[in-house]
Amino acid sequence: MASLSRDDVAHVARLARLQLTDEQIDTFTPQLAAILEHAADVEALELDDVPPTAHPFPLTNVLRPDEPRDAGIRDEVLAQAPAAEDGMFRVPPVLGEAP
Amino acid sequence: MTDTAAASVLPEGWEMVIGLEVHCELHTATKLFCACPNRFGDEPNANTCPTCLGLPGSLPVVNAQAVELAMRLGRALHCEVKPSVFARKNYFYPDQPKDYQISQYDLPTNEGGYLDLPSGLRVGITRAHIEEDTGKLTHVGGGGRIHDAAHSLVDYNRAGVPLVEIVSEPDMRTSEQAKEYAAELRAILLATGVSDAKMEEGSMRVDANVSVRRVGEPFGTRCEIKNLNSLRSLGRAIDHEAQRQVQLLEAGERVVQETRHWDEASGRTGTLRSKEDADDYRYFPEPDLVPLEPTAEDIARIDAALPKLPADRRAELAAAAGVEPTDGGVVIAVQRDLDGLALAAIAAGGDPARVLTHVEHNLAVEGAESLSPEHLAALVKMEVGGELTATQAKAVLAEMVATGDDPASIAKAKGFEALDTGALEAIVDEVIAANPDEWETFRTGDDKARGKLTGFFMGQIMKASKGQADGKTATALLRSKAGL
Amino acid sequence: MTGRPTAVGIAAAVRSGERSARSVVEEHLAAIEAREGEVHAFNLVTADAALARADEVDAQVAAGQDPGPLAGVPVALKDNLCTRGVPTTCSSRILEGWVPPYDATVVERLAAAGAVAVGKTNLDEFAMGSSTENSAFGPTRNPHDPERVPGGSSGGSAAAVAAGFAPLSLGSDTGGSIRQPAAFCGIVGVKPTYGLVSRYGLVAFASSLDQIGPFGATVADAALALAVIGGHDERDSTSLPGAAPSLVDQLAQGVEGLRVGVVTELLDAEGMAPDVQARTRAAVAALEAAGAEVDEVSVPAVVYSLSAYYLIAPAEASSNLARYDGVRYGLRVDAPTTGEMMDATRTAGFGPEVQRRIMLGTYALSPGYYDAFYGKAQKVRTLIIRDFAAAYERFDVLLSPTAPSTAFPFGAKADPLSMYLNDVCTIPSNLAGHPAISVPYGTGADGLPVGVQVMAPALGEPTMFRVAAALEASLAAEGGASS
Ligand SMILES: [Mg+2]
Ligand SMILES: [Zn+2]
Repeated sequence: MASLSRDDVAHVARLARLQLTDEQIDTFTPQLAAILEHAADVEALELDDVPPTAHPFPLTNVLRPDEPRDAGIRDEVLAQAPAAEDGMFRVPPVLGEAP
Repeated sequence: MTDTAAASVLPEGWEMVIGLEVHCELHTATKLFCACPNRFGDEPNANTCPTCLGLPGSLPVVNAQAVELAMRLGRALHCEVKPSVFARKNYFYPDQPKDYQISQYDLPTNEGGYLDLPSGLRVGITRAHIEEDTGKLTHVGGGGRIHDAAHSLVDYNRAGVPLVEIVSEPDMRTSEQAKEYAAELRAILLATGVSDAKMEEGSMRVDANVSVRRVGEPFGTRCEIKNLNSLRSLGRAIDHEAQRQVQLLEAGERVVQETRHWDEASGRTGTLRSKEDADDYRYFPEPDLVPLEPTAEDIARIDAALPKLPADRRAELAAAAGVEPTDGGVVIAVQRDLDGLALAAIAAGGDPARVLTHVEHNLAVEGAESLSPEHLAALVKMEVGGELTATQAKAVLAEMVATGDDPASIAKAKGFEALDTGALEAIVDEVIAANPDEWETFRTGDDKARGKLTGFFMGQIMKASKGQADGKTATALLRSKAGL
Repeated sequence: MTGRPTAVGIAAAVRSGERSARSVVEEHLAAIEAREGEVHAFNLVTADAALARADEVDAQVAAGQDPGPLAGVPVALKDNLCTRGVPTTCSSRILEGWVPPYDATVVERLAAAGAVAVGKTNLDEFAMGSSTENSAFGPTRNPHDPERVPGGSSGGSAAAVAAGFAPLSLGSDTGGSIRQPAAFCGIVGVKPTYGLVSRYGLVAFASSLDQIGPFGATVADAALALAVIGGHDERDSTSLPGAAPSLVDQLAQGVEGLRVGVVTELLDAEGMAPDVQARTRAAVAALEAAGAEVDEVSVPAVVYSLSAYYLIAPAEASSNLARYDGVRYGLRVDAPTTGEMMDATRTAGFGPEVQRRIMLGTYALSPGYYDAFYGKAQKVRTLIIRDFAAAYERFDVLLSPTAPSTAFPFGAKADPLSMYLNDVCTIPSNLAGHPAISVPYGTGADGLPVGVQVMAPALGEPTMFRVAAALEASLAAEGGASS
């Protein structure tokens, strides 16, 4: 059983774009560790020959015809955006390219 | 083709290892997961809906035509078309409306194909999977550069546009091969109608994975180069990056695995980010979508409808002309879509070698595709029969393309008649007599000197004959008079 | 709760012109007016729109048209269902003030059936919780005892029906979020077969588990509502083909000859209260008396349900909730760069339980942990489905308590893990994608409602409702027993 450290929690918070204070990390670490400890029963199972279930029912090939439709929601959405300019969503400067 | 030239970019004993990742926009009417138009150039955010804006509660539904086109490309690349599963690739970025990209991960639609390059190299295709495009960011202020911008604006018209990402094996060893691969892939995308594949407009985007090694050693650490907007950038960036890596290694340093950005203006690559902190995408199966399971009938239908692909067309023309498929004339004929013309001209009795020569050298012009194959065959026959010199034939051909007239009447109108051998011999003698020193060197010098002087004498002979001398006959005369 | 008009009764009266929809809606708005301050079932009551809609329904009746099977029936909607032009908050600061430009499929279907939406109900933020204490807008109180939770996460929808604010409401159930509050509030709550009800317009928590379902004061009302909202929807790729099954005509079929299995692992689950066990046994006895064949059955893999659920649901949630980044809608906390703006917005906008689950899910999907956690949990799902399949070879339906206890006091489950343990009986159906219903079956030692859960195999709703109706009838015959 991998035990969860403060650093793990800080790393995960960063990945999830959450800014935690030291106190919050102190609170979350044992809580998350307890939940993961509870999951140790699952982690311990020997399931090499069991296929995973990603979806309860075996539907396949659910497809849509390639026919365009105008949703007509642009102005409504832009009007309640946190910031908009020239028909676009405005954001503060973006540092760095997409990962 | 030009292996030796390109290899000389690196010091003796080093070689490049190149694999390419190509993203192509699929030519559909709607986006991958919603009914918004897949259309370039509209008002910002005009083509958006709850799904492609990532509004809470929205869901994706797969566009059947996008899957069809992806499978078609897969078959054109000789891939196995397999049951596939969409997955979420999680990362935060403002051009990504859901802050995850729906892509395919461990179960892509197409796997294990290959692409035969005109030069004869077979490049393995690892996979060709379906994924959605991102929106577009515009950086305002600071000259439009990302780092100095005052703020940025997001347009989601492109978000959710269907892409296919084609990943090659690291089978290329020169930047020429990489360019050739990109050009050949583009030809296939166009021939199959899968994409309009415009590199400059971004509907075909090429990223290069480049590493170097001493010949015979295992692969080195690779860097990924992004922002390659033309074949020229692709070639330059690869050469530059390979040289940079060799310099590092020869200086005893190591190559860091990272993504690098090509700057066309400065001709250099620069660090974009190191791989270590960026690769945590937490892929997992997309729970909002169900698997794709192509049937045997789907695949048979796609195979039956595939158009003739460039490699097959090269093989066909090569067979008709009695040359190798790597022959320059054959390659260019197919590249310029003139293989049909060449085949018909050969079928109409035109000498294959001369037909291919014209296609390769004299038909890179507008309107060449509507040239009558019978006329081209007739022209070639006049050349073979000595009625026209090569130079005259070239002039007649240009006129044929421009006017659609037959070669005989054009030649007549131009007053073209090939010199008979007697008249030509007189001119050759005149030229020799007027240039005794050159003639002495031509007669007694080494091959290199003689090669240079052949050009000189031919120029003089053409000038004296006002272009009516046949080059081959004149060369033969010069050599026999020199006792060679 | 006797004496209150049912959805079935209201629709019949409005369709026949015996009652106006306006009078029905006015009566319910008055009930809301009287007690909402105490209960806090709603984030928003749309009184004016409801009256206008009621007038439309009345106009249809006057014009000789049939407004549909839910004519004039007031319905409360969980505030994670998108409603065009009406704010949808998920009880989160991060979506405060957001007005969807579209309706969820279920909202469209309710409207097309003549129903009248009366408001948006409170929930645990993004449906993460079992008590509705995690709402950014304050908790909902249990109408049976204002010192106790109504359950969750659909606590507002459950309380609205229990308090008589609406005869019907919709909730969403990812791990028990309809059934457990139904049990705590003494009403009927249904988690349909995964894919029977379209998720289009339901703000996602855990996509492979989420399912919308109805609350009603009676089994018949819940059946009527499910028949209206169920059936294929081309906007949801996971929507099952086919129309919703006919349910209302099943209710009087009885249980003669049906095979009912009592799941021992759930009846004897850790922390199961004796009074809840006693009421469940009473339900078993009543079914046996009504002609069902009853036996105990072991479904061994269900003991892993809770662990698997608390890996799968947070993992999917961590991805589903990534989009709340301050760029396009909802809250934005300004900062010098987009990255910092996203950090600040998400930190300020999400409450602690949501943050906890996002981090847990992010961890479960991390490289090096995926196989041990998320991957393993997906395999456990397969085991649970297999064990249920084996049980359903011998039984038509399975029975268990809905929750381990009756409604608990506010603050009683401050430790997250103890709160999660509340879902032990309900989670297996979500993991398997099977339908389940909670039916009130008397009261516990504290006088608060106890719910009994009937589970069925995929698309087994008709049989499930037969059993639920039989339980309801037996309880009525018993005179609303307590343990
Ligand atoms: Mg990609
Ligand atoms: Zn769209």
